Amino acid sequence: MLEHQERLRALAAADRRGVSNILILKHMATIPHSGPAPVIAIPSDAAVIRVEDVHKYYDLGETKVHALRGVTLDISKGEFVAIMGSSGSGKSTFMNILGCLDKPTTGRYLLNGIEVSSLSKKELAFIRNSQIGFVFQGFNLLARTTALENVELPTLYARVDKGEGQNRALEALRLVGLADRMKHYPSQLSGGQQQRVAIARGLVNRPAILLADEPTGNLDSRTSVEIMEVFQTLNDGGLTIILVTHEPDVAQFARRVLQFRDGRLKSDHTVKNRPRAEEVLRNMPAVED
Amino acid sequence: MTLLQIIRIASRALARNKLRSILTMLGIIIGVGAVIAMVGVGQGAQEQAQKQIAAMGSNILFVGSGTVSRGGTHMGWGATKTLVYDDMAAILRECPAVAAAAPGGMTSAQVVFGNDNWSTRITGTEPQFFEVRTWAFQSGAPFSQADVDSAANVAIIGETVRKNLFGATDPIGQTIRIKNLPFKVVGVLAPKGSSATSGDDQDDTIITPITTLQKKMTGETWLRWIIVSATSRENSFTAQQQISSLLRDRHRIRAGQDDDFFVRNMADIADLADQQSQLFTTLLFWIASVSLVVGGIGIMNIMLVSVTERTREIGIRMAIGATESDVQKQFLTEAIVLSLTGGIIGVFAGLATSYIINQTLQWQVSVSPQAIAAAVIFSMAMGIFFGYYPARKAARLDPIEALRYE
Ligand SMILES: Nc1ncnc2c1ncn2[C@@H]1O[C@H](COP(=O)(O)OP(=O)(O)OP(=O)(O)O)[C@@H](O)[C@H]1O
Ligand SMILES: [Mg+2]
Repeated sequence: MLEHQERLRALAAADRRGVSNILILKHMATIPHSGPAPVIAIPSDAAVIRVEDVHKYYDLGETKVHALRGVTLDISKGEFVAIMGSSGSGKSTFMNILGCLDKPTTGRYLLNGIEVSSLSKKELAFIRNSQIGFVFQGFNLLARTTALENVELPTLYARVDKGEGQNRALEALRLVGLADRMKHYPSQLSGGQQQRVAIARGLVNRPAILLADEPTGNLDSRTSVEIMEVFQTLNDGGLTIILVTHEPDVAQFARRVLQFRDGRLKSDHTVKNRPRAEEVLRNMPAVED
Repeated sequence: MTLLQIIRIASRALARNKLRSILTMLGIIIGVGAVIAMVGVGQGAQEQAQKQIAAMGSNILFVGSGTVSRGGTHMGWGATKTLVYDDMAAILRECPAVAAAAPGGMTSAQVVFGNDNWSTRITGTEPQFFEVRTWAFQSGAPFSQADVDSAANVAIIGETVRKNLFGATDPIGQTIRIKNLPFKVVGVLAPKGSSATSGDDQDDTIITPITTLQKKMTGETWLRWIIVSATSRENSFTAQQQISSLLRDRHRIRAGQDDDFFVRNMADIADLADQQSQLFTTLLFWIASVSLVVGGIGIMNIMLVSVTERTREIGIRMAIGATESDVQKQFLTEAIVLSLTGGIIGVFAGLATSYIINQTLQWQVSVSPQAIAAAVIFSMAMGIFFGYYPARKAARLDPIEALRYE
């Protein structure tokens, strides 16, 4: 356990240093795309994420849903942010924008200094593949595909060669403590284990940011803390993490908590006396039965 | 992703729904199998025709009574009744490129032996006929020139006639009745099978001296045809020209007027047979192709279902970095793997069918490597054509919508 935490920290730290704008842009230069060239602006230790007055409307014919009503915020490298808010307040919409799955209707979103709205679909796919790890509430693993193959999937799209991809996948599975289950199918794993596989998949291409939309939504409280332990360890290694949760117990493990209400950022504060998930786990009664 | 990885992923996706994949492939298997077998039958017929024509001797010419219009369609044997025995004598005398000739007349009649009777074609000719046609005897011998001179009641029977009238009895020396006249059977011809050009059973015939036929049965004084052999294969064209100008001269046909006879050499006949069997092959090919297209539509249908079912999977793949072209390639490859596998199995199914047709119907079936290559390439093209739209549809999905899909 201790050994894998150490490795995880070391690896994450090494990766943070390795990822730079230059690398992305170098790659993107090789992708033919229409539209304006990505804006290169921010020196590499400024905000990883900069959101400026972002609005999002869903056009449903007669009615328009105003899901985000002007969100402005910066998230720096190495932060661990929890987003809270009542149902329908726009958290998932916001996360989808951060994850480059969706674009803001108006406003700017800069990822590593690059304006995302200006990118082509192909470039967005590249960013999702290399810069962002996404973890979903419902795990979203491919059924009838082993844990190892699920984790390997993003490396295929990164055009990493087979052996290297497998090594990385195995490494990522080790980080989340599931190396011994690599040949198992999702249906043979518990919810917590499936979520770990999903996290490993999110990490396999060594992204700059890990986004998780209610990653503990389908898990019991002990398993939730175990997942938070993984996140804390990764964050200690330097990985930027943003997660959405309904549970204050989960949010307290983050360093910073954002409150959303009706598509606006209601509050933004730093967590004081942040508990360590490891310790909480130690003091938790083991599940009986 | 490398091509190999894409193919592996596609094959696994298909293996997950084995029964469905197999049923979908069945359409292509049947289609390709049908194309292979049908084209095989057509080409087999073509080859058989050519073989028979070659066996007949490439130096043979037919002189027929009748007109050939300018368009090339002939007006039927005997439409004019101007070809006579003296014409044949003149051909033998005056055409140096001609080696031998035999005249021909024809009628059909009921033939009786004991309690059995059989309706067949009666050909009247001279003994040279058997040499020109290189027609061997299984028993007995040809009638003689003396039999022709005396219009003797002798008959030579074909294998089909022998089977139907005599069964196990030896026909040689037996007496049969044709149009109530008694004929002595002097020979039985070796079986030749069906004709390459007309498809008629060549063994369903009786041959008598031409004089007997004309004087005692038809009353005709003119000839239906003259069969001629040229001195060599190279000379057959010269022979054709010599005969043509001789007959025009003898029949007093003025320049610009149509012939009242026609001369065909074996090359012409081979061409005609070739045209006919090519038409046959083409027809079979198109009929079989229809089933292949139906198979292709089956693939499209299943691919559309598959895209809908796997919307969520597509969303996941896009969320972790698959580009539109990655998704499109994946589904297109699935369609191609389906159709190509179906095509390859179909080739074997077609070969098996050809073999069965050959064994049960005794038809010659010849499957060419080109037909196999074409079928495989065509089935692959099928996968691309019918897989493109579903794959495009998958690639165009919005990742968020796809992830939300239940
Ligand atoms: N695709 C869509 N089409 C139309 N409206 C949408 C769509 N997605 C979200 N919305 C609307 O946008 C608003 C914000 O939704 P969102 O999913 O971001 O909320 P949330 O904060 O994630 O809620 P929850 O905590 O229940 O997950 C809601 O009113 C929702 O109905
Ligand atoms: Mg949500």
